[in-house]
Amino acid sequence: MSTPAFSVLRMLPVGTDALLVECASGEQAEALYAELLRRRADGELPAVRDMVPAARTVLLDGITYPGGGPGPQRFAADIASWRVPELRRAPGDEVEIPVVYDGPDLADVAEAWGVEVAEVARTHAETAFRVAFCGFAPGFGYLTGLPEHLRVPRRATPRTRVGAGAVALAGPYTGVYPRDSPGGWQLIGRMPEPGTLWDPAREPAALLVPGTRVRFVPVPVPPGARR
Amino acid sequence: MTGGLEVVRAGALTTVQDQGRGGWAHLGVGRAGALDAPAYRLANRLVGNAESAAALETTVTGCAVRAVATGGFVVAVVGGAVCRVTVDGRAAAWGAPVRVPEGAVLEAGPAVSGLRSYLAFAGGVAVDPVLGSRSADLLSGLGPAPLREGDVLPLGRPGRSCPPVPDAVPWPGAAPAGLVLPVRPGPRHTWFTQTALRTLTTAVYRVSDRSNRIGLRLDGPALERARGDELPSEGVVLGAVQVPADGRPVVFLNDHPTTGGYPVIGVVPERALAGAARVGPGADVRFVLG
Repeated sequence: MSTPAFSVLRMLPVGTDALLVECASGEQAEALYAELLRRRADGELPAVRDMVPAARTVLLDGITYPGGGPGPQRFAADIASWRVPELRRAPGDEVEIPVVYDGPDLADVAEAWGVEVAEVARTHAETAFRVAFCGFAPGFGYLTGLPEHLRVPRRATPRTRVGAGAVALAGPYTGVYPRDSPGGWQLIGRMPEPGTLWDPAREPAALLVPGTRVRFVPVPVPPGARR
Repeated sequence: MTGGLEVVRAGALTTVQDQGRGGWAHLGVGRAGALDAPAYRLANRLVGNAESAAALETTVTGCAVRAVATGGFVVAVVGGAVCRVTVDGRAAAWGAPVRVPEGAVLEAGPAVSGLRSYLAFAGGVAVDPVLGSRSADLLSGLGPAPLREGDVLPLGRPGRSCPPVPDAVPWPGAAPAGLVLPVRPGPRHTWFTQTALRTLTTAVYRVSDRSNRIGLRLDGPALERARGDELPSEGVVLGAVQVPADGRPVVFLNDHPTTGGYPVIGVVPERALAGAARVGPGADVRFVLG
């Protein structure tokens, strides 16, 4: 039986030493990123300073081949010949994130989903998530896993302050704010001790690095900790 | 303790900067680092530091620091944006090594030409590095906070011997009257109309006062998009010319976000970005293909 595989959609040069590789879906971008990590670990890639996965793309920035030359073009030609295996969902380590499901937008999300409020927490906690990519702030992961029909829009007016640890939804993603910041996502809960999300002294500094499997675990409101 | 600097006048915005941190964009961490890299490197060389030592980057109004616990003196260079340099109020050399005795105040005055001055000290500013760099990243909040009056910054141990310093060195780029930035078509240039692409390389833009270390924001003719759909977030590079909803281009500088949801119409090569660090609000900016 052959492994399902795909080719990338298109390759867009970005300046003199970067390449933006676009895939047909977020799923395929995640698979391409996994393949790039595998090939890099096996020493099959030229030097690349940054590999940045995102919604449907992987950016390869700072490409240098020994001896110089037009790195992006050469790398693009190489990738064009790849058959990227689909992402394998091998069971393995999972990061568990405790959540108090008491966010201010729970009712709005419940209404959008057409369910009772309690059902939002249940569904969210039963979903197997994966970090598709990071961005917005150090340690902020964009987690995929919710089915298409449970997508919710961003809030019409973003909040000027969202507390660290807020667990939020927007579009196809779930995220946890690693620190206080403005934010436009729908808040459904909070992680009681969000300090572990980002710790520059740890390797890796981010708890939620791309590719990490994540599950949210409901916990009761800590006594006296109600905000 | 090999001495330190006490901040006497922080100025409008003074930050600790080095060569920045690469290789963390997949965690949402950008590169940061000195905006005017050639000036920063030269200032370090002139005090006998490795080119990667941390220095101070000022904005428009300069800053003043007192040498403390140096056990004699510290050698410093003020370069980059041209400004009046004083040690305890007495005129000192700009762009060349000066001795700052224990307890004396080194002041970089307001920029006369250019925007950002660099203050390098023998031994380098030795705040704790974060992810391999001492640079402040104003977007992500990583690294040391911008300087405030009363802060004390540690200095590293100076190298054993300073290299011989020539009498005069040519400092890179006095502030040009008008900035010309080379630009290559960006990954999403096809999201724009032919007119927009022509406009980008023919119109005169003006540096907006909303510019900062994150981006050089430009006022001028809006660049019209050929398609109205939303771009899913994608990785962006240093020097990317992103076009937000209002159509006015932004050239991403060192503290830029690692991903963005607006199309990138062009890319300015990294080596040309030092010029963007030297122009202030109101300056003319043109893009040329190349």
